[in-house]
Amino acid sequence: MIDLLVIPLIKIVIVLTGVLITVMYLVLLERKVQAWVQTRLGPMRVGPHGVLQPVADVLKLFVKEDITPVRADKSVFMLAPIIVLVPALVALAVIPFGDTVSIFGKPVPLYIADLNIGLLYVVAVASIGVYGIILAGWSSNSKYPLLGGLRSSAQLISYELAVTLTFVSVVLASGSLSMVDIITAQKTNGVWFAFVQPVALFIYTVAALAETNRAPFDLPEAEQELVAGFHTEYSGMRFALFFLAEYANMIVVSAIATTLFFGGWLRPFPNVTMLWFLDYVPSWMWFVVKTFLVLYLFLWIRATLPRYRYDQLMRIGWKLLIPLAIANIIVTAAVKVALSY
Amino acid sequence: MEPDVARPMFDTDELVINMGPQHPATHGVLRIVLKLDGEKVVDADVVIGYLHRGVEKLSENRDWTQIVLLTDRLDYVASAAANLAYVETVEKLLSLEVPRRARYIRTILAELQRLASHLVWLGSHAMDIGAVTVFLYCLRERELILDLFEEYCGARLTYNSMRIGGLPQDLPPNWDKKVLQFCDIQMEKLVDYETLLTHNRIWLERTRNIGVISAADAVAVGLCGPPLRGSGVPRDVRKDEPYAAYAEMEFDVPVGANGDTYDRYLVRLEEMRQSVRIIRQALGGLPEGPVMSKVPRLIKPPAGETYHANESPKGEIGFFIASDGKSTSPYRLRVRPPSFCNLQALPRLVRGHLVADVIALIGTIDIVLGEVDR
Amino acid sequence: MGQALAFYTLAAFILGFGVLVITARNTVHSIMFLVADFLFIAALYAFQGAPFVAVIQVVVYAGGIVVLYLFVVMLVDLKRPPEAHQDRRRRGRLGMVVSLVVLAELVAIAAYKYVSPGAGLPAARPLEPDNVAQVGMLLYTDYLVPFELASMLLLVAMVGAIVLARREL
Repeated sequence: MIDLLVIPLIKIVIVLTGVLITVMYLVLLERKVQAWVQTRLGPMRVGPHGVLQPVADVLKLFVKEDITPVRADKSVFMLAPIIVLVPALVALAVIPFGDTVSIFGKPVPLYIADLNIGLLYVVAVASIGVYGIILAGWSSNSKYPLLGGLRSSAQLISYELAVTLTFVSVVLASGSLSMVDIITAQKTNGVWFAFVQPVALFIYTVAALAETNRAPFDLPEAEQELVAGFHTEYSGMRFALFFLAEYANMIVVSAIATTLFFGGWLRPFPNVTMLWFLDYVPSWMWFVVKTFLVLYLFLWIRATLPRYRYDQLMRIGWKLLIPLAIANIIVTAAVKVALSY
Repeated sequence: MEPDVARPMFDTDELVINMGPQHPATHGVLRIVLKLDGEKVVDADVVIGYLHRGVEKLSENRDWTQIVLLTDRLDYVASAAANLAYVETVEKLLSLEVPRRARYIRTILAELQRLASHLVWLGSHAMDIGAVTVFLYCLRERELILDLFEEYCGARLTYNSMRIGGLPQDLPPNWDKKVLQFCDIQMEKLVDYETLLTHNRIWLERTRNIGVISAADAVAVGLCGPPLRGSGVPRDVRKDEPYAAYAEMEFDVPVGANGDTYDRYLVRLEEMRQSVRIIRQALGGLPEGPVMSKVPRLIKPPAGETYHANESPKGEIGFFIASDGKSTSPYRLRVRPPSFCNLQALPRLVRGHLVADVIALIGTIDIVLGEVDR
Repeated sequence: MGQALAFYTLAAFILGFGVLVITARNTVHSIMFLVADFLFIAALYAFQGAPFVAVIQVVVYAGGIVVLYLFVVMLVDLKRPPEAHQDRRRRGRLGMVVSLVVLAELVAIAAYKYVSPGAGLPAARPLEPDNVAQVGMLLYTDYLVPFELASMLLLVAMVGAIVLARREL
């Protein structure tokens, strides 16, 4: 009973609170990193160096008036932000945050579930999030949100394809769809898949930027062009849910990148016994550090690059990334077959 | 399948959307009515006049010195350039000789102003295309220029920095050293902007072959300033009809090859380098002497009319002034605003491009609505 | 017992959403019920020990095809009420024919099962917990020809769609 219900529940609560707090501070980190790049200070007023800024932001969003447009489709309008947020959080279920640890002499693996089809599960869950965006755009009953919603869902679907294809090549390298097995495979191979599958890593990084609507693919938020995209009509806490979902998605794609390409919770050089002292750092710390480095890359890119145009973005997705990903799968499979002889 | 059989099935209607006058990317209160076919712009109709304050009419009731204040409000990003064009026109009307030192200082101020204006342009142009960091870098350097102006004339935006016959005051002590220091900083930072943009693939894709206008077309439409030079026409009032101290300065007039947004960007960047070069020369050869010539208290030019043009950061700014010889204010004053002339090319530039490019193209012609609407 | 309870609960949800799909007045609402329906079907698969099929159900149907439905619905004018056909009874007659065909199919299947129970399917092999590999193996060995035929069919459909949608070739 305890194994079946209580421990997973505790894990779920810990992961959810952890991720929500991380989201809050990720926003602050983003503003700070942007500010440092742009020779500014960023938030400084709330708490020392602005560390309490997220709290103030959340409070502000809570007390804001929640406006529903008169001509909106009320039920769908209310449902849409939830549909966006839930898949982002549910995807966290299969991500292994660390090695199995023993708590009070009881071995506890640091993931909520190790599914045999872990990667496919992530793909499936991510594909549901698109609905929230389309429905948000549609239910607002307003021109710009509808256009923004259609645009960003088209963007999401195209880049999801590229992401899924990179998963295939990683699965070919690891021989399993389970996230835990993929990490173990990187340990037994003695090398991160980032070095085995550099092309897949490149495609994944670009496509992940596009899938999470981050710069240079942040067209749905191109205020210069479409005002604010699908969430134009949203305000208050409902707007915050979209915001939350965007950052939660960023965390999910970074965590997946860490798992698939950077050895997950493994310490650097897991097979080099000379570096035994690195084992004193708990495995989940390695995971967190790696994930944050990937997240930092996201922020760094945002502060550096201009924005693509919509047609260019679609062209990159369909004419560059997807063919490249397919070629990568074929090459990986061929190498695998050749090596097995 | 016959193409004309398939057409009615998949035909789309033209969509008319309105951009501005309150839109984050129209650089003020510009309104554009776009006719779209899908995302492609079929036609654009520029609607202006939201910032009309009647500067030309007001001038008929101000005396000659007070009008300098009004010229500040034309192109508020580059007021010194308009100041200079106006006072030189009046000096021409008065046949007034301006002391050499004053002409040198005017050149320095005009070039600092050009730098400041181009920095604002580069920053907002880059931000429209999504490179926010460049905007903050550019404003950082512009801030230094504003500090220099503040030290010289006390104002940061609307300078009122010129007088008919010379300048309100001589340079403050050590100002020239600060300007030279600034020149060094600016040259260094220009490399930074270029690192972020010039060879950036995304920047190239967003600006190359966007809004191409040939040299012949550019002349026909009446483009002036950097957009004209971007199309390869080496027209620069500073070179062709030198004013202030430009005849004694050595500088190049950069021209583009293709006449696209990228070329206009390169032209303006090179102009910034040339501006620094001119400032350094002018400071090096700064003559001694007075900065104001003998001008009567009450200026009353003889009857007659004249036109005089300057090269402002936006292009050729000209003043046509008619004096009746009796009153203490102009009989008629007419501004030839470069932004207005360049804005006319916008519909031609955007045709056939996508909505997102409209944003880039508003940026590339570098307009200030205060000058367009007057 | 628990298994059966879960099965019937899920089945009830599937049927309930199915009814909602066809009764909803608003097309977008109807599509949303369809998505919910597909998600419950996926849950049913997962309960029956076929997680791979469950996930594919979500990815392909809920995440792919229905999104395209939604696109079509949004690009077409929704404000217009469905046009009434001149012959009002036509719809009823069409419905009658379709339901008769479906009924006949169901009866045929039931009769076939009754006559030769267990035929047509190889005896249910014990499912491995990790049946992704199993499915893959079957697809690329026993069912290779149908699999490749299906992919050819999809390719042809895709080319056809592009040809139709392009304005000029």
